[in-house]
Amino acid sequence: MKRLLTTILAGITAAGMAMAADEKPAQEPIKIGAIFGVTGPAAFLGAPEAKTAEMLVDQLNAKGGLLGRKLQLVLKDSGGSPEKAVSFAKQLIEEDKVLAIIGPSTSGETMQIKPICENAKMILISCAAAEVIVNPLAKYVFKVPQKDSQAVTWIYNTMKAAGITKIGILSDNSGFGQAGKAQLEQLAKVQGMEIAADEVYDKAAKDLTDILTKVKARDVQAVVNWSIVPAQSIIPKNMKQIGLNVPLYQSHGFGNVKYVKAAGEAAEGIIFPSGRLLVAESLPADNPQKAVLMAYKHDYESRYKEDVSTFGGHAYDAVLVLTSAIQKAGSTDRDKVRDAIETLKGLPGTAGIFNFSPEDHNGLALDAFEMLTVKDGKFAEYKK
Amino acid sequence: MAEFFQYALSGVTMGSIYAAVAVGFNLIYGTTGILNFAQGEFVMLGGMIAVSLAAFMPLPLAVAAAMLIVALCGGALEILFFRRLRSHSALHMIVITIGLSIVVREAALHVWDESVRSLPYFTGNECSSVHLAGAALSPQVFWVLGTVGLAVLVLHTFFRYSLAGKAMRACASNYEAAMLVGINTANVRTLAFSVSAGLGALAGCVISPIGMTQYDMGTDLAIKGFAAAILGGLGNPMAGVAGGLLVGLAESYSVKFLPAAYKDATAFAILLLVLFVRPHGLFGRRQGSAVREA
Repeated sequence: MKRLLTTILAGITAAGMAMAADEKPAQEPIKIGAIFGVTGPAAFLGAPEAKTAEMLVDQLNAKGGLLGRKLQLVLKDSGGSPEKAVSFAKQLIEEDKVLAIIGPSTSGETMQIKPICENAKMILISCAAAEVIVNPLAKYVFKVPQKDSQAVTWIYNTMKAAGITKIGILSDNSGFGQAGKAQLEQLAKVQGMEIAADEVYDKAAKDLTDILTKVKARDVQAVVNWSIVPAQSIIPKNMKQIGLNVPLYQSHGFGNVKYVKAAGEAAEGIIFPSGRLLVAESLPADNPQKAVLMAYKHDYESRYKEDVSTFGGHAYDAVLVLTSAIQKAGSTDRDKVRDAIETLKGLPGTAGIFNFSPEDHNGLALDAFEMLTVKDGKFAEYKK
Repeated sequence: MAEFFQYALSGVTMGSIYAAVAVGFNLIYGTTGILNFAQGEFVMLGGMIAVSLAAFMPLPLAVAAAMLIVALCGGALEILFFRRLRSHSALHMIVITIGLSIVVREAALHVWDESVRSLPYFTGNECSSVHLAGAALSPQVFWVLGTVGLAVLVLHTFFRYSLAGKAMRACASNYEAAMLVGINTANVRTLAFSVSAGLGALAGCVISPIGMTQYDMGTDLAIKGFAAAILGGLGNPMAGVAGGLLVGLAESYSVKFLPAAYKDATAFAILLLVLFVRPHGLFGRRQGSAVREA
């Protein structure tokens, strides 16, 4: 019996190998690595990113793939943990030998694997926002979300227009929160804002009334919160509950309507900078991004039956940039593809119009942002 | 003064949740000698099940049903795992509870996915605010304090006056002697698991509107609840209440004087200080808290 089983297994293995060998010459797929925090604290980012990347790869394969070859997405769930991201990055580089890595979802993870990818000459297209990812520049590291310094500039400009000069800053203790905090502090000096309170909270915080009590005692005119965790929904509730009735500004990390739903009525009036994906319908028809945005929104929402978010859009842009570069290079040679990314110009993505160059590995200008607010439980353009 | 009071309210809100976890810890430790690190998972399960049930039934019924289901789960865990593994040392049991907490957490991820859920506010909504002596707070805070307070009171009465409660206390004070006088100690263990699971689930329901419920919320609560249990005195359920409230208050007052980033550090620094002076906790018995080999 045992011998029979062994024979059958050997037969199956041999057949499998033979089949694989048959396919190999022309049809070996182009492997793209992806590291997203599908579960864990960054799941608001990672889950839509993974779904988007899977959808795009399926769509491209249905159209016949790239350069006559199919695409294969090797997806890893980092759970938002930098340690896991590091080991997955090594795995993708050494074992899976992928062409490029898209992701990770968070800035903390990206900063951990930035040197690894740079040393291994592996293309990394990050979906995280912190400016430090592309400044200082690393030859093989790119990122598609808007920079946090641009987000801060928009927030401060909007505040000044509303006559606000004394603010309280809250940030979570993740990489994103801390990078944003640094930008907020740095640009406050340039822009003449007075920071009356500057507090960091744990990314798993459940109740922030104590910290907000402290902020309230400092008589601020507005609060800025910089985080990607559920605290984005807890803070507006806590502010209303303890009677801290000043405007709340959040980062571009607020761009998922789930956060609005989680905060309920308390989310009304939150102001934050965002790409145009969330207000795609109300854009004028001649906007160069409109076609891309509407197509992505329609495809994603009809496939997954949930609202699109800015973060899924980052994965869309990462895949778009990579596949456009492969097409342009006409090759899957890693260095040629890398060079091709630097020559992409006027490429409309979900975050904005990308104009890459050897000096700019982000490719987005200040106009990629727009200030949005929450009105009747939905995102709307902010008008003062 | 109003500000002082506001910090106090913030502290007792989270503190009462830590207290509920700590009481659960002590209950199980007292009767079985096991430190159950899956205690935080009971809180998560309570919140999650109530959120799912609330779609089909009125809120109070959903909360009661969630408590019952989680209590049954707790009892089932004891019967399935700990009853069979009794011959192993307490250390093995602790490792098993950590393993179980991971299993429950991953199962919850598959059942409910990674998104954050919450029950509706029991009274009012997100923006409701009640003013009390110059401080302002959400009406839900009263629900948290009232419900956890009432549960602790009921539990206290149960231990003091009911036969089953007395049996649990007997097991806690001397396991062999309890067996000798004819107490069914195996059933008492199951009861201890059920009661602490139910209490955890209740805490998970009342905090859900404020702090929201996510599949991985249990770990942090287990650590804070454990700290609260140690601070109060391991093995003494009612000391867990004091421990929980103290940890909560220490956290919130530390925010007033120090940057908020030191919140957790302050709470644990106080815990260490107390343990230097009173190694058996504030209200723990000097000799009674040694780990038994059951």
